[in-house]
Amino acid sequence: MKGRVMPYNQFELSSTERLTRALGWFSIALGAAEMAAPSRMARLIGAPDTDTNCNTLRVFGAREIAAGVAILARPDQARWLWSRVGGDALDLAWLGRAMTGDDVEKDRLGVAAAAVAGVAALDVFAARRTRRVQRVQRQQEPWSARANSGVRVEQVVTVNRSLDDLYSFWRDFQNFPHFMRHVKQIELIDDIHSRWTAKAPAGMSVQWDAEIVQDREGEWIAWRSLPGSQVDHSGSVRFSPAPGARGTEVRVQMEYVPPAGRFGRVIAMLFGEEPEQQIREDLRRFKQLMETGEIPLSDGPGLWRAAQPAKRADEIRDYAGVSE
Amino acid sequence: MRATCWMGSRNIEVERVPDPKLLNASDAIVKITSTAICGSDLHLYNGFIPTMKRGDVMGHEFMGEVVEVGKGVQNLRVGDRVVVPFPIACGHCSQCDREMYSLCENTNPNAWMAEKLWGYSPCGIFGYSHMLGGYAGGQAEYARVPFADVNPLKVPDDLDDEQVLFLSDIFPTGYMAAEACGIQPGDTIAVFGCGPVGQFAIKSAYMLGAERVIAIDRFPYRLRMARERAGAETINYEECDIFEALEEMTGGRGPDHCIDAVGLEGHAPGIHGAYDKMKTAMMLETDRPVALRQAILACRSGGTVSVAGVYGGFIDKFPMGAIVNRSLTIKSGQTHVQRYMRPLLRRIQNGEIDPSFVITHRVNLSDAAVAYEMFAKKQDDCMKVVMRP
Repeated sequence: MKGRVMPYNQFELSSTERLTRALGWFSIALGAAEMAAPSRMARLIGAPDTDTNCNTLRVFGAREIAAGVAILARPDQARWLWSRVGGDALDLAWLGRAMTGDDVEKDRLGVAAAAVAGVAALDVFAARRTRRVQRVQRQQEPWSARANSGVRVEQVVTVNRSLDDLYSFWRDFQNFPHFMRHVKQIELIDDIHSRWTAKAPAGMSVQWDAEIVQDREGEWIAWRSLPGSQVDHSGSVRFSPAPGARGTEVRVQMEYVPPAGRFGRVIAMLFGEEPEQQIREDLRRFKQLMETGEIPLSDGPGLWRAAQPAKRADEIRDYAGVSE
Repeated sequence: MRATCWMGSRNIEVERVPDPKLLNASDAIVKITSTAICGSDLHLYNGFIPTMKRGDVMGHEFMGEVVEVGKGVQNLRVGDRVVVPFPIACGHCSQCDREMYSLCENTNPNAWMAEKLWGYSPCGIFGYSHMLGGYAGGQAEYARVPFADVNPLKVPDDLDDEQVLFLSDIFPTGYMAAEACGIQPGDTIAVFGCGPVGQFAIKSAYMLGAERVIAIDRFPYRLRMARERAGAETINYEECDIFEALEEMTGGRGPDHCIDAVGLEGHAPGIHGAYDKMKTAMMLETDRPVALRQAILACRSGGTVSVAGVYGGFIDKFPMGAIVNRSLTIKSGQTHVQRYMRPLLRRIQNGEIDPSFVITHRVNLSDAAVAYEMFAKKQDDCMKVVMRP
């Protein structure tokens, strides 16, 4: 599959995180030393231990500790490492100014500046690596609307109807839009082939053709999109009798693998953050439809509006994706 | 129309809201003639039930006249006079097939919320939070009633509203609690809580053959009604130790079965009551199960503790040891009202009971806010408020 996700290996992740944590602890140790013993610190780097210098070192110490704590709290985020890089620049600027002053040990200051520059290089390296890992991870995060990733869901429901009733309703793919919220329309091309139109955000839609690849009457239907479709989709449904006349168990498995680019994002947005929950709701609607002939509507669906009559019945129907 | 709306904890207002419309083919619109405030509405009022939203229409005990039916409705006609049960059932799922109507699998469109809290979802309920369906309630001028072929009960014209209104909830609820005890001749039943459900539990326990019923509360007017109207012996828990009193009254055996008609906002004197008030205030438990604990400890070994009171979340210091070691049975559930409406209507028609005895206040719907406050604070000996739009 083209452009699915950028590969990254586990080693890169863990070595980057180790370096990041080390830098975090270094920040805290340096900051603590600067705050606790600023005059000794000043002498160590070759600057006079004047009140001004000591106070500056105390402020720098506080900054180091804050950066260290932030890095250790979120070692997966590059932003705090970049804050360290900024701090390093401040340190270097201060050391540079100190060079021009009286009563300084230039050798010691030079060593200190070299050390800061070295740490700064490490900071930049770690920040860039972390940003890269962050980016890749974000793309691999399952179900994320930002991600360019696939969706694979399995759900099961028991319906109080005969196996044959359920099978024949499902076998007519044109029924899908009645209970699958993301499917706008399905046209039957012939007995095997169908054209799917799925709803996408902002009034867009995605279209693909699918074929039934397996069909065992009263038992099992499997379908998948034709090769070269905008969306790589496959699904199956299995019907089996629940024990003791408890109806029929309906097991559904669906997979969407989006292509790279804009449509990939559209597919991810189709399902929002919780595709598992969405398919579960679809199956609940399937059950409602098969058992009662309709999808009961709430006056206060979700926590979106108060449970009081709507001004227009369509407000509720549109939200629920149910036609009159 | 005017409707009683939840505007936040301890804040009820009668607001103008749009008239209900048919949303599903199985819906009916009922013009409400009488509606009541339920003790369980006070849990919403006091903010104990999550997923309420400002503006939610309250009320799940109501009756009225059918003014519109959806095109799928066959058993009801415009003009029919009906009592509407509080649990909404579809009549087709396997729970409905088993007459476990309050467990209907199809009537909670917000089932996912209930599933997060309770594992699986019960049925939808009128005016009782979004996680139980987000249905507008019946303390209003009109209500939309889903699955109108299954739920509303047509009532004969010779019975007035006040005689049949409580078939919507509290009479069946008290009855189911008593039925769950499996009462045998000679049994003594202890009923914790003498609110309206407690009163009907007492009456029902006698109907089902109890020898004695002992009722427990702290408000003299409620105990008086339990004695004088429902025929129970009574204990005021603020004046004595309940366990000792019940032990003494039952020859040291304990009552054969206990009914908790209190629910999650129980009170108890002393450290026991203070403990739960503190825990709920600190959000360390959601419900105050003081009556339930007492009922479990007081019950005769091998007996049943039947829980009619509403609990919503989690309780603390639950005496499981007593249940296991003394072979107690706990029975509970939201009432399967549809199962009891017809048989209990017959008892009313036969003159075995006139449920209107619990009514103490009759007000106009416009006075709902005052009525809620009065009922919550047990002012003016308030037992049951019926409102007319």
